Amino acid sequence: MTRWRISVDKSLCIGSAMCVAIAADRFVLDERQRSGPVEAEIDPDELVRDAAASCPSEAIGLVDADTGQRIDLD
Amino acid sequence: MTVDSSPVKFTPARPGQPPPDLRTISGGRPVFRAELPDGRIAWLVSGYESVRQMVIDQRFSRALAVAPGRAQPGFEMSAAGSISGTDPPEHTRLRKLVASAFTARRVEALRPRVAAIVSQLIDAMTGRPQPADLVASFSLPLPAQVICEMLGVPAADLEQFHAWSDAIIGDWQRDSDEIMTAAVELYGYFVTLIENKRAQPADDLTTALIAARDDADRLSEHELTAMCCGLLIAGHETTANHINLSLLLLLDHPGQMAALRADPGLIPTAVEELLRCTRLGGLPPARVTTDDIQLGGVVIPAGELVIPLYSTANRDPSVFTSPDRFDVTREAASHLAFGAGVHYCLGAQLARVELQEAFRGLIGRLPGLRLAIPASDLEFKPGMAIHSLRELPVRWGEP
Repeated sequence: MTRWRISVDKSLCIGSAMCVAIAADRFVLDERQRSGPVEAEIDPDELVRDAAASCPSEAIGLVDADTGQRIDLD
Repeated sequence: MTVDSSPVKFTPARPGQPPPDLRTISGGRPVFRAELPDGRIAWLVSGYESVRQMVIDQRFSRALAVAPGRAQPGFEMSAAGSISGTDPPEHTRLRKLVASAFTARRVEALRPRVAAIVSQLIDAMTGRPQPADLVASFSLPLPAQVICEMLGVPAADLEQFHAWSDAIIGDWQRDSDEIMTAAVELYGYFVTLIENKRAQPADDLTTALIAARDDADRLSEHELTAMCCGLLIAGHETTANHINLSLLLLLDHPGQMAALRADPGLIPTAVEELLRCTRLGGLPPARVTTDDIQLGGVVIPAGELVIPLYSTANRDPSVFTSPDRFDVTREAASHLAFGAGVHYCLGAQLARVELQEAFRGLIGRLPGLRLAIPASDLEFKPGMAIHSLRELPVRWGEP
Protein backbone atom coordinates (compact mmCIF):
# COMPACT_ATOMS: atom_id res chain seq x y z
CA MET A 1 0.00 0.00 0.00
CA THR A 2 1.39 3.37 -1.05
CA ARG A 3 1.95 5.95 1.66
CA TRP A 4 2.28 9.70 1.11
CA ARG A 5 4.68 12.01 2.93
CA ILE A 6 3.53 15.61 3.47
CA SER A 7 5.89 18.51 4.09
CA VAL A 8 5.21 22.25 4.39
CA ASP A 9 7.95 24.76 3.67
CA LYS A 10 7.24 27.35 6.35
CA SER A 11 9.46 29.88 4.62
CA LEU A 12 7.11 29.78 1.62
CA CYS A 13 3.83 29.50 3.58
CA ILE A 14 1.91 32.80 3.60
CA GLY A 15 -0.77 31.72 6.07
CA SER A 16 -3.64 31.72 3.57
CA ALA A 17 -5.13 28.75 5.48
CA MET A 18 -6.18 27.23 2.16
CA CYS A 19 -4.96 23.78 3.25
CA VAL A 20 -6.66 23.73 6.66
CA ALA A 21 -9.89 24.87 5.01
CA ILE A 22 -9.74 22.06 2.43
CA ALA A 23 -8.32 19.27 4.62
CA ALA A 24 -8.99 20.26 8.23
CA ASP A 25 -7.82 16.89 9.64
CA ARG A 26 -4.52 16.94 7.78
CA PHE A 27 -3.05 20.42 8.35
CA VAL A 28 -2.72 22.63 11.39
CA LEU A 29 -1.62 26.26 11.76
CA ASP A 30 0.98 27.32 14.32
CA GLU A 31 0.74 30.52 16.38
CA ARG A 32 2.23 32.50 13.46
CA GLN A 33 -0.51 31.13 11.15
CA ARG A 34 2.04 28.97 9.33
CA SER A 35 0.84 25.53 8.28
CA GLY A 36 2.24 22.09 9.00
CA PRO A 37 0.99 18.51 8.57
CA VAL A 38 -0.91 16.88 11.45
CA GLU A 39 0.83 13.62 10.51
CA ALA A 40 3.77 13.59 8.14
CA GLU A 41 2.96 10.17 6.68
CA ILE A 42 -0.56 9.28 5.58
CA ASP A 43 -2.54 6.92 3.42
CA PRO A 44 -3.34 8.56 0.07
CA ASP A 45 -5.99 11.25 0.56
CA GLU A 46 -7.47 13.22 -2.32
CA LEU A 47 -8.14 16.21 -0.06
CA VAL A 48 -4.42 16.48 0.68
CA ARG A 49 -3.71 16.38 -3.04
CA ASP A 50 -6.31 19.15 -3.50
CA ALA A 51 -4.73 21.21 -0.73
CA ALA A 52 -1.26 20.90 -2.25
CA ALA A 53 -2.58 21.80 -5.71
CA SER A 54 -4.50 24.82 -4.36
CA CYS A 55 -1.75 26.29 -2.15
CA PRO A 56 -1.11 29.85 -3.38
CA SER A 57 2.56 29.70 -2.48
CA GLU A 58 3.30 26.09 -3.53
CA ALA A 59 4.50 25.46 0.02
CA ILE A 60 3.14 21.91 0.31
CA GLY A 61 5.34 19.03 -0.78
CA LEU A 62 3.74 15.65 -1.41
CA VAL A 63 5.86 12.57 -2.18
CA ASP A 64 5.57 8.80 -2.20
CA ALA A 65 6.89 7.83 1.25
CA ASP A 66 8.83 4.82 -0.10
CA THR A 67 10.27 6.11 -3.34
CA GLY A 68 10.42 9.86 -2.62
CA GLN A 69 8.78 10.49 -6.00
CA ARG A 70 6.57 13.56 -6.25
CA ILE A 71 2.85 12.84 -6.27
CA ASP A 72 1.07 14.21 -9.33
CA LEU A 73 -1.09 17.11 -8.14
CA ASP A 74 -3.54 17.11 -11.05
CA MET B 1 -23.71 30.94 25.72
CA THR B 2 -26.84 32.61 24.33
CA VAL B 3 -28.19 33.67 20.97
CA ASP B 4 -27.81 37.42 20.80
CA SER B 5 -31.15 38.66 19.53
CA SER B 6 -30.86 42.46 19.51
CA PRO B 7 -29.53 43.62 16.12
CA VAL B 8 -27.56 46.87 16.09
CA LYS B 9 -27.90 49.28 13.16
CA PHE B 10 -24.81 49.01 11.02
CA THR B 11 -23.75 51.36 8.24
CA PRO B 12 -20.41 50.72 6.51
CA ALA B 13 -18.09 53.72 6.70
CA ARG B 14 -17.95 56.02 3.70
CA PRO B 15 -15.19 55.47 1.13
CA GLY B 16 -11.84 56.77 2.35
CA GLN B 17 -12.96 56.78 5.99
CA PRO B 18 -11.70 54.32 8.61
CA PRO B 19 -14.00 51.40 9.46
CA PRO B 20 -16.57 52.13 12.17
CA ASP B 21 -15.33 51.78 15.72
CA LEU B 22 -16.87 48.54 16.92
CA ARG B 23 -16.09 49.31 20.52
CA THR B 24 -18.88 51.86 20.14
CA ILE B 25 -21.22 49.90 17.87
CA SER B 26 -21.04 46.42 19.35
CA GLY B 27 -19.45 47.03 22.73
CA GLY B 28 -16.35 45.31 21.37
CA ARG B 29 -18.09 41.97 20.75
CA PRO B 30 -16.22 40.04 18.03
CA VAL B 31 -19.48 38.62 16.60
CA PHE B 32 -22.78 40.48 16.71
CA ARG B 33 -26.14 40.63 15.02
CA ALA B 34 -26.76 43.71 12.90
CA GLU B 35 -29.33 45.34 10.69
CA LEU B 36 -27.72 46.37 7.39
CA PRO B 37 -28.65 49.60 5.55
CA ASP B 38 -30.87 47.60 3.16
CA GLY B 39 -32.80 46.11 6.07
CA ARG B 40 -31.24 42.64 5.96
CA ILE B 41 -30.25 41.06 9.24
CA ALA B 42 -26.74 39.60 9.33
CA TRP B 43 -24.14 38.48 11.82
CA LEU B 44 -21.04 40.63 11.55
CA VAL B 45 -17.70 39.13 12.50
CA SER B 46 -15.09 41.71 13.48
CA GLY B 47 -12.46 40.06 15.70
CA TYR B 48 -9.32 38.81 13.93
CA GLU B 49 -9.45 35.30 15.40
CA SER B 50 -13.19 34.97 14.82
CA VAL B 51 -12.87 36.05 11.18
CA ARG B 52 -10.08 33.54 10.53
CA GLN B 53 -12.00 30.79 12.29
CA MET B 54 -15.11 31.56 10.27
CA VAL B 55 -13.60 31.73 6.80
CA ILE B 56 -11.71 28.44 7.12
CA ASP B 57 -14.85 26.63 8.35
CA GLN B 58 -16.77 25.05 5.45
CA ARG B 59 -20.02 25.26 7.41
CA PHE B 60 -20.08 28.94 6.40
CA SER B 61 -21.30 28.50 2.81
CA ARG B 62 -20.69 30.90 -0.07
CA ALA B 63 -22.93 28.86 -2.40
CA LEU B 64 -25.94 29.42 -0.13
CA ALA B 65 -25.14 33.14 0.12
CA VAL B 66 -25.24 33.67 -3.66
CA ALA B 67 -28.20 31.33 -4.28
CA PRO B 68 -31.19 32.80 -6.15
CA GLY B 69 -33.39 34.79 -3.82
CA ARG B 70 -30.53 35.53 -1.45
CA ALA B 71 -27.92 37.12 -3.72
CA GLN B 72 -27.65 40.88 -3.98
CA PRO B 73 -27.66 42.47 -7.45
CA GLY B 74 -24.29 42.86 -9.16
CA PHE B 75 -21.25 40.78 -8.44
CA GLU B 76 -23.03 38.53 -5.94
CA MET B 77 -25.70 37.75 -8.51
CA SER B 78 -23.17 36.68 -11.12
CA ALA B 79 -21.04 34.71 -8.62
CA ALA B 80 -23.32 31.64 -8.43
CA GLY B 81 -21.48 28.60 -9.80
CA SER B 82 -18.16 30.46 -10.06
CA ILE B 83 -15.06 30.09 -7.88
CA SER B 84 -16.25 32.95 -5.69
CA GLY B 85 -19.72 31.48 -5.24
CA THR B 86 -19.18 27.75 -4.69
CA ASP B 87 -18.12 25.54 -1.77
CA PRO B 88 -15.82 22.49 -1.82
CA PRO B 89 -15.78 20.10 -3.63
CA GLU B 90 -17.10 22.12 -6.64
CA HIS B 91 -14.97 25.06 -5.57
CA THR B 92 -11.81 22.93 -5.32
CA ARG B 93 -12.32 21.49 -8.79
CA LEU B 94 -12.63 24.98 -10.32
CA ARG B 95 -9.92 26.62 -8.25
CA LYS B 96 -7.34 23.93 -9.07
CA LEU B 97 -7.73 24.75 -12.76
CA VAL B 98 -6.42 28.28 -12.26
CA ALA B 99 -4.49 28.09 -8.98
CA SER B 100 -1.18 27.20 -10.62
CA ALA B 101 -1.26 30.30 -12.85
CA PHE B 102 -1.45 32.59 -9.81
CA THR B 103 1.05 31.05 -7.38
CA ALA B 104 3.79 33.20 -5.87
CA ARG B 105 6.41 31.56 -8.10
CA ARG B 106 4.46 31.96 -11.36
CA VAL B 107 3.54 35.55 -10.59
CA GLU B 108 7.13 36.42 -9.64
CA ALA B 109 8.07 35.43 -13.19
CA LEU B 110 5.66 38.12 -14.44
CA ARG B 111 7.33 40.86 -12.35
CA PRO B 112 9.62 42.15 -15.15
CA ARG B 113 6.60 42.48 -17.46
CA VAL B 114 4.59 44.29 -14.75
CA ALA B 115 7.55 46.64 -14.18
CA ALA B 116 7.78 47.29 -17.93
CA ILE B 117 4.08 48.21 -18.12
CA VAL B 118 4.51 50.53 -15.11
CA SER B 119 7.43 52.17 -16.86
CA GLN B 120 5.53 52.62 -20.14
CA LEU B 121 2.51 54.13 -18.38
CA ILE B 122 4.70 56.60 -16.44
CA ASP B 123 6.57 57.50 -19.66
CA ALA B 124 3.25 58.32 -21.29
CA MET B 125 2.09 60.34 -18.26
CA THR B 126 5.26 62.41 -18.08
CA GLY B 127 5.05 63.07 -21.82
CA ARG B 128 1.72 64.87 -21.41
CA PRO B 129 0.81 68.16 -19.67
CA GLN B 130 0.01 68.08 -15.95
CA PRO B 131 -2.19 67.40 -14.11
CA ALA B 132 -2.72 63.76 -15.01
CA ASP B 133 -5.68 61.61 -14.01
CA LEU B 134 -3.95 58.71 -12.28
CA VAL B 135 -7.05 56.50 -12.60
CA ALA B 136 -7.20 56.65 -16.40
CA SER B 137 -3.48 56.88 -17.07
CA PHE B 138 -2.04 54.47 -14.52
CA SER B 139 -3.96 52.67 -11.81
CA LEU B 140 -6.63 51.18 -14.08
CA PRO B 141 -4.61 50.33 -17.20
CA LEU B 142 -1.87 48.58 -15.17
CA PRO B 143 -3.89 45.67 -13.72
CA ALA B 144 -6.19 45.62 -16.75
CA GLN B 145 -3.30 45.14 -19.15
CA VAL B 146 -1.72 42.47 -16.93
CA ILE B 147 -4.88 40.34 -16.64
CA CYS B 148 -5.68 40.81 -20.34
CA GLU B 149 -2.21 39.57 -21.28
CA MET B 150 -2.61 36.57 -18.97
CA LEU B 151 -5.98 35.70 -20.52
CA GLY B 152 -4.81 36.46 -24.05
CA VAL B 153 -7.34 39.25 -24.60
CA PRO B 154 -6.39 41.84 -27.25
CA ALA B 155 -5.28 45.12 -25.65
CA ALA B 156 -7.57 46.98 -28.07
CA ASP B 157 -10.59 45.65 -26.13
CA LEU B 158 -9.42 47.09 -22.79
CA GLU B 159 -11.73 50.08 -22.78
CA GLN B 160 -14.79 48.03 -23.56
CA PHE B 161 -13.89 45.72 -20.70
CA HIS B 162 -13.60 48.58 -18.34
CA ALA B 163 -17.13 49.74 -19.17
CA TRP B 164 -18.50 46.26 -18.51
CA SER B 165 -16.63 45.67 -15.28
CA ASP B 166 -17.53 49.17 -14.12
CA ALA B 167 -21.21 48.31 -14.50
CA ILE B 168 -20.94 44.87 -12.93
CA ILE B 169 -18.73 45.58 -9.94
CA GLY B 170 -18.59 49.34 -9.59
CA ASP B 171 -22.13 50.19 -8.67
CA TRP B 172 -24.61 47.81 -7.10
CA GLN B 173 -27.16 50.56 -6.72
CA ARG B 174 -27.44 50.90 -10.45
CA ASP B 175 -30.42 49.69 -12.41
CA SER B 176 -30.20 45.90 -12.36
CA ASP B 177 -31.12 45.76 -16.08
CA GLU B 178 -27.95 47.69 -16.79
CA ILE B 179 -25.90 45.28 -14.68
CA MET B 180 -27.46 42.28 -16.45
CA THR B 181 -26.84 43.79 -19.89
CA ALA B 182 -23.17 44.34 -19.08
CA ALA B 183 -22.84 40.80 -17.68
CA VAL B 184 -24.48 39.31 -20.78
CA GLU B 185 -22.28 41.34 -23.15
CA LEU B 186 -19.10 40.40 -21.28
CA TYR B 187 -20.16 36.75 -21.33
CA GLY B 188 -20.85 36.96 -25.06
CA TYR B 189 -17.44 38.47 -25.65
CA PHE B 190 -15.77 35.47 -23.99
CA VAL B 191 -17.96 32.98 -25.88
CA THR B 192 -16.49 34.44 -29.07
CA LEU B 193 -12.94 34.68 -27.70
CA ILE B 194 -13.07 31.02 -26.60
CA GLU B 195 -14.25 29.98 -30.09
CA ASN B 196 -11.35 31.89 -31.60
CA LYS B 197 -8.79 30.39 -29.18
CA ARG B 198 -10.12 26.90 -29.92
CA ALA B 199 -9.36 27.51 -33.57
CA GLN B 200 -6.04 29.20 -32.84
CA PRO B 201 -4.58 28.10 -29.49
CA ALA B 202 -2.08 30.45 -27.85
CA ASP B 203 0.17 30.44 -24.80
CA ASP B 204 -2.36 31.97 -22.42
CA LEU B 205 -4.70 31.11 -19.57
CA THR B 206 -7.84 31.03 -21.74
CA THR B 207 -6.24 28.40 -23.98
CA ALA B 208 -5.14 26.39 -20.92
CA LEU B 209 -8.71 26.42 -19.58
CA ILE B 210 -10.05 25.36 -22.97
CA ALA B 211 -7.66 22.39 -22.88
CA ALA B 212 -8.88 21.49 -19.38
CA ARG B 213 -12.41 21.43 -20.80
CA ASP B 214 -11.83 19.77 -24.17
CA ASP B 215 -9.06 17.30 -23.26
CA ALA B 216 -10.04 16.35 -19.72
CA ASP B 217 -13.68 17.48 -19.30
CA ARG B 218 -12.83 19.14 -16.01
CA LEU B 219 -15.31 22.00 -16.35
CA SER B 220 -18.42 22.78 -18.35
CA GLU B 221 -18.53 25.26 -21.22
CA HIS B 222 -20.49 27.64 -18.99
CA GLU B 223 -17.95 27.30 -16.16
CA LEU B 224 -15.15 27.98 -18.61
CA THR B 225 -16.80 31.15 -19.88
CA ALA B 226 -17.82 32.33 -16.40
CA MET B 227 -14.27 31.71 -15.13
CA CYS B 228 -12.81 34.01 -17.80
CA CYS B 229 -15.39 36.71 -16.98
CA GLY B 230 -14.67 36.38 -13.27
CA LEU B 231 -10.90 36.59 -13.67
CA LEU B 232 -11.20 39.68 -15.81
CA ILE B 233 -13.51 41.49 -13.41
CA ALA B 234 -11.67 40.46 -10.26
CA GLY B 235 -8.36 41.54 -11.72
CA HIS B 236 -9.60 44.97 -12.64
CA GLU B 237 -10.99 47.55 -10.24
CA THR B 238 -9.67 45.84 -7.12
CA THR B 239 -5.98 46.46 -7.75
CA ALA B 240 -6.71 49.80 -9.47
CA ASN B 241 -8.48 51.20 -6.48
CA HIS B 242 -5.97 49.71 -4.06
CA ILE B 243 -3.36 51.77 -5.86
CA ASN B 244 -5.58 54.88 -5.59
CA LEU B 245 -6.53 54.44 -1.93
CA SER B 246 -2.96 53.50 -0.97
CA LEU B 247 -1.60 56.61 -2.64
CA LEU B 248 -4.16 58.77 -0.80
CA LEU B 249 -3.10 57.20 2.49
CA LEU B 250 0.58 57.82 1.74
CA LEU B 251 -0.06 61.43 0.68
CA ASP B 252 -1.90 61.92 3.95
CA HIS B 253 1.21 60.71 5.82
CA PRO B 254 4.15 62.65 4.33
CA GLY B 255 6.59 61.21 6.87
CA GLN B 256 5.77 57.67 5.74
CA MET B 257 6.05 58.67 2.09
CA ALA B 258 9.45 60.23 2.84
CA ALA B 259 10.57 57.00 4.50
CA LEU B 260 9.70 55.06 1.33
CA ARG B 261 11.50 57.57 -0.90
CA ALA B 262 14.56 57.29 1.31
CA ASP B 263 14.49 53.48 1.31
CA PRO B 264 12.57 51.82 -1.56
CA GLY B 265 13.60 48.49 -0.01
CA LEU B 266 10.72 49.12 2.41
CA ILE B 267 8.15 48.90 -0.39
CA PRO B 268 7.15 45.21 0.07
CA THR B 269 6.62 45.77 3.81
CA ALA B 270 4.78 49.03 3.09
CA VAL B 271 2.47 47.29 0.63
CA GLU B 272 1.37 44.85 3.37
CA GLU B 273 0.69 47.76 5.74
CA LEU B 274 -1.23 49.55 2.98
CA LEU B 275 -3.29 46.40 2.44
CA ARG B 276 -3.96 46.23 6.19
CA CYS B 277 -5.03 49.86 6.49
CA THR B 278 -6.90 50.43 3.23
CA ARG B 279 -10.55 49.50 3.03
CA LEU B 280 -11.28 48.59 -0.58
CA GLY B 281 -15.03 48.20 -0.48
CA GLY B 282 -18.22 48.12 1.51
CA LEU B 283 -19.32 44.80 2.90
CA PRO B 284 -17.18 41.74 2.01
CA PRO B 285 -18.79 38.62 0.48
CA ALA B 286 -21.29 37.02 2.86
CA ARG B 287 -21.68 33.38 3.94
CA VAL B 288 -24.71 31.44 5.17
CA THR B 289 -24.45 28.97 8.05
CA THR B 290 -25.26 25.33 7.26
CA ASP B 291 -25.47 24.42 10.96
CA ASP B 292 -25.71 26.02 14.40
CA ILE B 293 -22.15 27.24 14.92
CA GLN B 294 -20.34 28.64 17.95
CA LEU B 295 -18.22 31.65 17.07
CA GLY B 296 -16.76 34.42 19.21
CA GLY B 297 -18.87 33.59 22.26
CA VAL B 298 -22.25 33.27 20.52
CA VAL B 299 -24.16 30.55 18.69
CA ILE B 300 -25.14 31.49 15.14
CA PRO B 301 -28.17 29.42 14.10
CA ALA B 302 -28.24 27.54 10.78
CA GLY B 303 -29.43 29.46 7.73
CA GLU B 304 -28.23 32.90 8.87
CA LEU B 305 -26.27 35.46 6.87
CA VAL B 306 -22.74 36.04 8.23
CA ILE B 307 -20.28 38.68 7.00
CA PRO B 308 -16.56 38.82 7.88
CA LEU B 309 -15.41 42.42 8.42
CA TYR B 310 -11.82 42.06 7.22
CA SER B 311 -10.87 45.71 7.55
CA THR B 312 -12.06 45.80 11.15
CA ALA B 313 -10.24 42.54 11.91
CA ASN B 314 -7.14 44.20 10.43
CA ARG B 315 -7.42 46.76 13.24
CA ASP B 316 -7.83 44.22 16.02
CA PRO B 317 -5.55 45.55 18.80
CA SER B 318 -4.88 42.02 20.08
CA VAL B 319 -3.01 41.30 16.84
CA PHE B 320 -1.78 44.71 15.63
CA THR B 321 -0.29 47.05 18.25
CA SER B 322 -1.70 50.59 17.99
CA PRO B 323 -3.77 49.42 15.04
CA ASP B 324 -4.87 52.89 13.91
CA ARG B 325 -1.26 53.96 13.39
CA PHE B 326 -0.12 53.68 9.76
CA ASP B 327 3.50 52.55 9.80
CA VAL B 328 5.26 51.40 6.62
CA THR B 329 7.84 49.53 8.70
CA ARG B 330 5.25 47.41 10.52
CA GLU B 331 5.31 43.63 9.95
CA ALA B 332 1.67 43.48 8.81
CA ALA B 333 1.68 40.50 6.44
CA SER B 334 -0.77 38.55 8.63
CA HIS B 335 -3.56 40.98 7.65
CA LEU B 336 -6.80 39.63 6.22
CA ALA B 337 -7.14 41.99 3.25
CA PHE B 338 -7.11 38.96 0.93
CA GLY B 339 -9.35 36.88 3.19
CA ALA B 340 -8.30 33.33 4.16
CA GLY B 341 -9.40 29.75 3.60
CA VAL B 342 -10.62 28.33 0.31
CA HIS B 343 -11.70 31.78 -0.97
CA TYR B 344 -8.33 33.39 -0.20
CA CYS B 345 -7.96 35.89 -3.04
CA LEU B 346 -6.80 33.98 -6.11
CA GLY B 347 -4.98 37.08 -7.36
CA ALA B 348 -3.33 37.97 -4.04
CA GLN B 349 0.23 37.27 -5.16
CA LEU B 350 -0.35 39.06 -8.46
CA ALA B 351 -1.84 42.06 -6.64
CA ARG B 352 1.23 42.17 -4.37
CA VAL B 353 3.59 42.25 -7.35
CA GLU B 354 1.46 44.89 -9.11
CA LEU B 355 1.25 47.09 -6.00
CA GLN B 356 4.96 46.76 -5.28
CA GLU B 357 5.94 47.65 -8.85
CA ALA B 358 3.33 50.43 -9.04
CA PHE B 359 4.74 52.17 -5.96
CA ARG B 360 8.33 51.54 -6.99
CA GLY B 361 7.49 53.39 -10.20
CA LEU B 362 5.35 56.19 -8.75
CA ILE B 363 7.77 56.93 -5.90
CA GLY B 364 10.96 56.42 -7.86
CA ARG B 365 10.03 58.35 -10.97
CA LEU B 366 7.57 61.02 -9.84
CA PRO B 367 9.24 63.05 -7.07
CA GLY B 368 6.88 65.55 -5.46
CA LEU B 369 3.83 63.45 -6.44
CA ARG B 370 0.77 65.20 -4.99
CA LEU B 371 -2.96 65.74 -5.47
CA ALA B 372 -3.89 68.40 -8.01
CA ILE B 373 -7.22 69.10 -6.28
CA PRO B 374 -8.17 69.10 -2.58
CA ALA B 375 -8.73 65.57 -1.26
CA SER B 376 -12.23 66.63 -0.18
CA ASP B 377 -13.13 67.22 -3.86
CA LEU B 378 -12.36 63.61 -4.88
CA GLU B 379 -15.48 61.73 -5.93
CA PHE B 380 -16.18 58.06 -5.44
CA LYS B 381 -18.59 56.31 -7.79
CA PRO B 382 -21.90 55.47 -6.14
CA GLY B 383 -22.45 51.91 -4.94
CA MET B 384 -20.90 49.80 -2.27
CA ALA B 385 -18.90 46.96 -3.78
CA ILE B 386 -15.60 48.73 -4.49
CA HIS B 387 -14.58 52.20 -3.41
CA SER B 388 -13.89 53.34 -6.90
CA LEU B 389 -12.56 56.85 -7.58
CA ARG B 390 -13.89 58.63 -10.66
CA GLU B 391 -10.65 60.54 -11.11
CA LEU B 392 -7.43 61.09 -9.20
CA PRO B 393 -5.82 64.26 -10.59
CA VAL B 394 -2.13 64.45 -9.64
CA ARG B 395 0.92 66.64 -10.25
CA TRP B 396 4.61 65.98 -9.63
CA GLY B 397 7.97 67.72 -9.77
CA GLU B 398 8.68 71.18 -8.36
CA PRO B 399 5.56 72.98 -7.05
